[in-house]
Amino acid sequence: MKPRVLVIAEHSGAVLNASTAKCVSCARELGPENVTVAVLGAAAGEIAEQAARLAGVDKVLHVRAPGSPAPLAATLAPQIAALAPGFSHVLGPSTTFGKDLMPRVAALLGVGQVSDVMSVLGPYSFRRPIYAGNAIVTIEARPEQTLVATVRTASYPAAGAAPAAAPIEAVELALDLPTHTRFVRAETAAAERPDLQTAARVVAGGRALGSAEGFKLVYELADALGAAVGASRAAVDSAFVANDLQVGQTGKIIAPELYVAVGISGAIQHLTGIKDARTIVAINKDADAPIFEIADVALMADLFRAVPELLAALRARG
Amino acid sequence: MLKVMVCLKRVVDYNVRVRVKPDGSGVAIEGLKMSINPFDEIALEEALRLKERGQAAEVLAVSIGAADAQQQLRTGLAMGADRAILVETAAPLEPLAAARTLLALVERERPDLVLLGKQAIDDDHGQTGQMLAALWQRPQATFASKLAIDGEAATVTREVDAGLEVIAVDLPAVVTTDLRLNQPRYVKLPEILKAKTKPLAVIPLATLGVEPTAQFAVRKTEPPPQRARGVRVKDAAELVAVLRQRGVL
Ligand SMILES: Cc1cc2nc3c(=O)[nH]c(=O)nc-3n(C[C@H](O)[C@H](O)[C@H](O)COP(=O)(O)OP(=O)(O)OC[C@H]3O[C@@H](n4cnc5c(N)ncnc54)[C@H](O)[C@@H]3O)c2cc1C
Ligand SMILES: Nc1ncnc2c1ncn2[C@@H]1O[C@H](COP(=O)(O)O)[C@@H](O)[C@H]1O
Repeated sequence: MKPRVLVIAEHSGAVLNASTAKCVSCARELGPENVTVAVLGAAAGEIAEQAARLAGVDKVLHVRAPGSPAPLAATLAPQIAALAPGFSHVLGPSTTFGKDLMPRVAALLGVGQVSDVMSVLGPYSFRRPIYAGNAIVTIEARPEQTLVATVRTASYPAAGAAPAAAPIEAVELALDLPTHTRFVRAETAAAERPDLQTAARVVAGGRALGSAEGFKLVYELADALGAAVGASRAAVDSAFVANDLQVGQTGKIIAPELYVAVGISGAIQHLTGIKDARTIVAINKDADAPIFEIADVALMADLFRAVPELLAALRARG
Repeated sequence: MLKVMVCLKRVVDYNVRVRVKPDGSGVAIEGLKMSINPFDEIALEEALRLKERGQAAEVLAVSIGAADAQQQLRTGLAMGADRAILVETAAPLEPLAAARTLLALVERERPDLVLLGKQAIDDDHGQTGQMLAALWQRPQATFASKLAIDGEAATVTREVDAGLEVIAVDLPAVVTTDLRLNQPRYVKLPEILKAKTKPLAVIPLATLGVEPTAQFAVRKTEPPPQRARGVRVKDAAELVAVLRQRGVL
């Protein structure tokens, strides 16, 4: 029997997150009979309409519920578990949204979860990274039970636009949802620059920038390249920038066309986050910095000289 | 006052780079330095701070694993945990089975708060805390970078992709830690000696009635694909030239 796949949409309440289109691409690799996207926690039909226009989506389930200001796993998981019986596979993104939610869904269904699917070898056979990406395992799941997985979004392109929108079905779930978990507030930086997870170019800075003031150099270079800004854990821990800019095993896993690492040593936990970048540029004054082992283009130099020179060179060539 | 249960997994130290066995049968970990999973150390530190602030009465450290995981529990006791339990199993458990085992311990010990790491850095699953919360039918607050207990509830700041999110959860609850929650303390020698006399119980997995059945089979373990060797450039001008030539700029 061909897989019937349920993809859990991630959204902000106003727009569908790009991670959903990536999950749809992964779902298509399963050779499915059909792919259904479930939109939960959204009052308006807008998100469902966005999901319906993704290529490869056969149907959208819009679970009507009072809009919640933020997704809470405690209330979403039982709803997804209630939808799951009609499906062989339930997929969510390996963003913080999906990482929080999907294991709770799996446990409610009494099944295990495959985290961070990087490739699909068959409907029940997957490759995933372990040890911060230092090893890749091929695992096989049991076909007789629901397969719950998170999709490593950096491994998949976003599904494009469909020529015609898929049908949207409104669903009412009569469930007694728990009240033990409550959203209080979000502390989100205003996003006036490209999004780190989807940007084609990323410039990231490390401890070497020395201060929040020094980190401005990274922002300048990012602006010159039209790039998003990222950071190492050391730069975040030192409060040069906010946590949402952290790249790596415990931050964001990204796959831009161009990644420029400025004053970052290249610890394995950091490298895990950038291995899928098309071109990696490293600027570091230490010839032995591990970042140079994976860099495509290496510039051994003092960043406080090299970055201003780079800015000048970029501006000169327009 | 709270009773806090902290989960400590024994893993290859984060500073050690593991290698895949040439026959693809797994990762060679024999003889490597083993430590408490770094996120779990943060979880324990947080529990100890709750106790030091007078909000927790007891800190219980638990681990599931082979007999040698007692070493990590001893370290946990030396850091300041009051007592420890090792659920002994020769074969490693998948997260669902680990969560079922932890649930069995929760039912025995009735903690008000269970602290786990957001992920174990060996298998990088990131599932156990959420699964435990689901099975226990209690709240979960994952990726915590701040934790405040007020009476019957906890306020947790979570590190999410968009920045930070604050949620309130009724106790008992499950909290998983992120890196910036705290900086774990170093253990002093007198504490290590003192820890030798603290209670550490070892119970076989079978006594908890948990089936360790695996849901997944690992067919192959491979090293990650290597990137092609890069080029060195002498200055910013050459860097720009190379990037243009490659069509990146
Ligand atoms: C469980 C765990 C998870 C982790 N997760 C992550 C993660 O997700 N992401 C992450 O990034 N880290 C993570 N880390 C931390 C990681 O191990 C490193 O400590 C961190 O990445 C180092 O950051 P850095 O490269 O900025 O700093 P450093 O290692 O201090 O490197 C600074 C670099 O700058 C260079 N430099 C200094 N001055 C100059 C100059 N003037 N010009 C040019 N170069 C200069 C130095 O040569 C050096 O290479 C994790 C650690 C643990 C234990
Ligand atoms: N065998 C174990 N013993 C103790 N704690 C564990 C074990 N497995 C998982 N955990 C806890 O669950 C967290 C997440 O693990 P995982 O889901 O495997 O990434 C870890 O950081 C630990 O706190």
